[in-house]
Amino acid sequence: MNSSSSNSVESSTATVLEGPPTLIRVPEHTVEVVSDSGEGAQKCGQLFGRTSARMGNGVWTVEIIPAEIQPPARTPGSASGNRIRIGTEPVTNWGDAANVVVAFNEQVLLSRHRLDALAEDAIILIESQWETHEDPTIREEWRTAMEELGQRSYQFIRVPMEEECQKILDIPARGKNMFALGLLAGVYGRDADILRRLIANEFRKKSQEVIDTNIALLEAGIRWAEEHLDFRIEVPIAQGERAMVVMNGNQAVGLGAIAAGMELCAMYPITPATSASHYLSEVFEDFGGVVHQAEDEIAAAGVAIGASYAGKVAFTITSGPGLALKTEFLGLAVMTETPLVLVDVQRGGPSTGLPTKVEQSDLLAAIFGQPGDAPHVVLAPATIEECFACMITARRIAEAFRCLVMVLSDANLATGVQPFPRPEVTTEWIAAPVDLSPVPDGTLPYQWDPEAGLSRRIIPGQPGGMFTATGLAHDERSKVAYGPGVNQLGCTMRSRKLAVFQSTLRPPTVRGDAAGDLLVVGWGSTEGAIIEAVDRARAQGLAVSSLHLRFLSPLEPGLKDIFQRFGKVMTVEINYSDEPDDPYITDENRRRGQLAWLLRATTLVDVDCWTRVPGEPLQPKMIHQAILAHLAKGAES
Amino acid sequence: MIEEGCSLLGCGTDDDRSFTMDDYAGATARWCPGCGDHAVLTAVERLLETEQLPPERTVFVSGIGCSSRFPHYLHTYGFHGLHGRALPVATGVKLRRPDLHVFVVMGDGDCCSIGAGHWIHTTRYNPDMVVLMLDNGVYGLTKNQTSPTSPQGRPSNTQPRGAYLPGLNPISATLGVTNASFVAQTGDWIPEHLYQTLSAGFHHRGFSFIRVLQRCPKFTETLFLDAVRDPKNVELLVHPNGIVAPDVEAIYQNHIAHDPSDLTDAHRLAELDGKVRLGLFYRNASLPVYEEVRREHLQSAEQKLALLNTELDRYAV
Repeated sequence: MNSSSSNSVESSTATVLEGPPTLIRVPEHTVEVVSDSGEGAQKCGQLFGRTSARMGNGVWTVEIIPAEIQPPARTPGSASGNRIRIGTEPVTNWGDAANVVVAFNEQVLLSRHRLDALAEDAIILIESQWETHEDPTIREEWRTAMEELGQRSYQFIRVPMEEECQKILDIPARGKNMFALGLLAGVYGRDADILRRLIANEFRKKSQEVIDTNIALLEAGIRWAEEHLDFRIEVPIAQGERAMVVMNGNQAVGLGAIAAGMELCAMYPITPATSASHYLSEVFEDFGGVVHQAEDEIAAAGVAIGASYAGKVAFTITSGPGLALKTEFLGLAVMTETPLVLVDVQRGGPSTGLPTKVEQSDLLAAIFGQPGDAPHVVLAPATIEECFACMITARRIAEAFRCLVMVLSDANLATGVQPFPRPEVTTEWIAAPVDLSPVPDGTLPYQWDPEAGLSRRIIPGQPGGMFTATGLAHDERSKVAYGPGVNQLGCTMRSRKLAVFQSTLRPPTVRGDAAGDLLVVGWGSTEGAIIEAVDRARAQGLAVSSLHLRFLSPLEPGLKDIFQRFGKVMTVEINYSDEPDDPYITDENRRRGQLAWLLRATTLVDVDCWTRVPGEPLQPKMIHQAILAHLAKGAES
Repeated sequence: MIEEGCSLLGCGTDDDRSFTMDDYAGATARWCPGCGDHAVLTAVERLLETEQLPPERTVFVSGIGCSSRFPHYLHTYGFHGLHGRALPVATGVKLRRPDLHVFVVMGDGDCCSIGAGHWIHTTRYNPDMVVLMLDNGVYGLTKNQTSPTSPQGRPSNTQPRGAYLPGLNPISATLGVTNASFVAQTGDWIPEHLYQTLSAGFHHRGFSFIRVLQRCPKFTETLFLDAVRDPKNVELLVHPNGIVAPDVEAIYQNHIAHDPSDLTDAHRLAELDGKVRLGLFYRNASLPVYEEVRREHLQSAEQKLALLNTELDRYAV
């Protein structure tokens, strides 16, 4: 789309086009849909993302969420919606900036502009009613906003969304999102049949009339785009061989728990973890499972421990504040060696923090947050696919090692939608029935292997196995004992299990050359953005590689050897760290990124960090700039 | 929940077994001499023997405090967990394993203070379990601090000028919870009444909340002393559907006829008016029981796999 055509588009929205539209072919593109909270831009974005995935595009979506349910309309704080990045190849992160935006009013657009979320030449399809609105205050707001937005070379296309919807619907505000979806479908050539099917499914609990109206709105949007827009965007589809599924990270966690054969999820409502239990509540009972909504976070942990103690491994799902409340029970799970899986969908902290926004600030609390020595496994999925798979891994580890396994997801994974190869599920993943056979004579409840610390798990109902599990220090018979030797032995045995588990892990793979000037280390949901940034740096000829950790406790082996092959090592994380040149900050008092703390302590390598806490996922361009800055700093010294 | 192939009467267990009191005895109890906990333990052992409960299918869950050592002194399964948090653990056990007989033992600090939220909510969940709240009106293990049920004016290490407020009334509070299904009170000094109350609780389908009035020989020796010394100072709630203990009724002649299905009357009788009333305040066996409401049909691994594939179809690209 060149500037002359954009001008002509801008001035000719009401006229029907002549001649074929310009086709813009790109390997990837980023779209945003923003509205006031409650106007349905999220649903529009989700359906656009799902349709693109079904057509075979790579997709990554990120929700744009206001902190309140119904903030005042037409304010920047009200911006709600979705960013959808689609590509020919798989997409692993939300990218840098939006190329095409559908905005329901100029104020929500302003909020995205101020966050630097829009590309310099972004094409913006904006609801035009506000410009000529009968209320002079609104007209003035529009004028001021457009002045500010005019600082960039955005290309505006005014769309009479409300007016068009009115032809179909009495209250047009209720259907604008489907019209917007139609606009995008027209621009990107989305398959209208898939869209109609998804809409019918979306409203399957409503009347046929509702479904028909929404489909009519979609079609009106497509028609409007065909008749008025002089460009089309094509993101070619690379047809893969493998069957794919598409879902968000919380759905993947729920499905993973089912595939692992877990039968109890105990939870208390907390953002951004709750949607996983919504999903499970819908389907778990068909599998014989139960979602128990407990009276509080603490009870949720207790119920999961009770169910695990008496049967199959159960799990509890929460976010930072809930993790804090569950702390005492987590120590109990470790002490009694009751298998337990805890999923922490991290959000911004401390305290109530940023409930709907992403952060990776729970790492150290997850590993070290329990008073006393409470060794346990902590792992972190990096993709939606891993959100599914890690539940199966977590259940197995918990059972095999009679231990607590924490899974650190985050708000980015929880709400992000990404297609991935359909898992070939097998009964081997599903937990075996509870063993109620008699316990061999003489078996002790904590008959620790003296080297490995492992012991046979005994379950109530097993004849001959009667014992009292206790949170007090105890010996192999589970007898309360305070002797110095007993406590030393118990701590050793519980700790040794972690070392044994670590011995089963492989060293992590370095992406890029095995040696170089800089190694970027990450964990969790940032992998895609880090890889994209590192690839850009490598394309510039820089000797940068990256490494992504899945196991944080115990850490994957061989890290020190890997680190020593690089001039510098730097973590990239979404948590807080002091900048080295900030006032008062010295090398000694500098508080570093949480993974950096851990890696420095473990490897004695001078690991640096670059971290940010913007409440949104990191953009590849930010990481790329940090890499360049870091290498430049190294060159100076 | 147990798997198919295991009947409720056990898996690989010998149904001809018979159990004596000794079969249920665990470690030697280490409570202070004169502690009411000993009496409760004896009543429990008698119940286990009378009901011939297989030790491997019986689970005692406790919190933290003197009374919470209880599971260690029995040869059944036990879970000695966190202060105030016995009820969530017990709920988890019962939710997935309704075949197990679940008992909970807590103290007054455990239940009515740090675990008060769980007490209210588990009463409402109404899982089928026997809950013994051993109430001696003091924190004993941590050495004499005021508990929520300490009588007003009683000095302690934390309130040396005497407890500032009137004690909390656990019977009234439990009766006030929606879906409360069994609320009884007994005393550690009347073994037969204690046993019959326990037995009635065991046979009730639902959450059987039993408050056992006790004295701590170390710190609250004089609590309920009048009632202990003279049966005239006890009011016994009697009814054919209540706690039936003829020998006790012969000695404790101060009877109040109370139909345990009458909730309004139960509330009135539970009022703190200086009287020690023992018996069954309320019973309703028709209320929803959580693990029954939430009982799901178990699926085999193969069934789950088929369902999982159908579920994945919903997300297929």
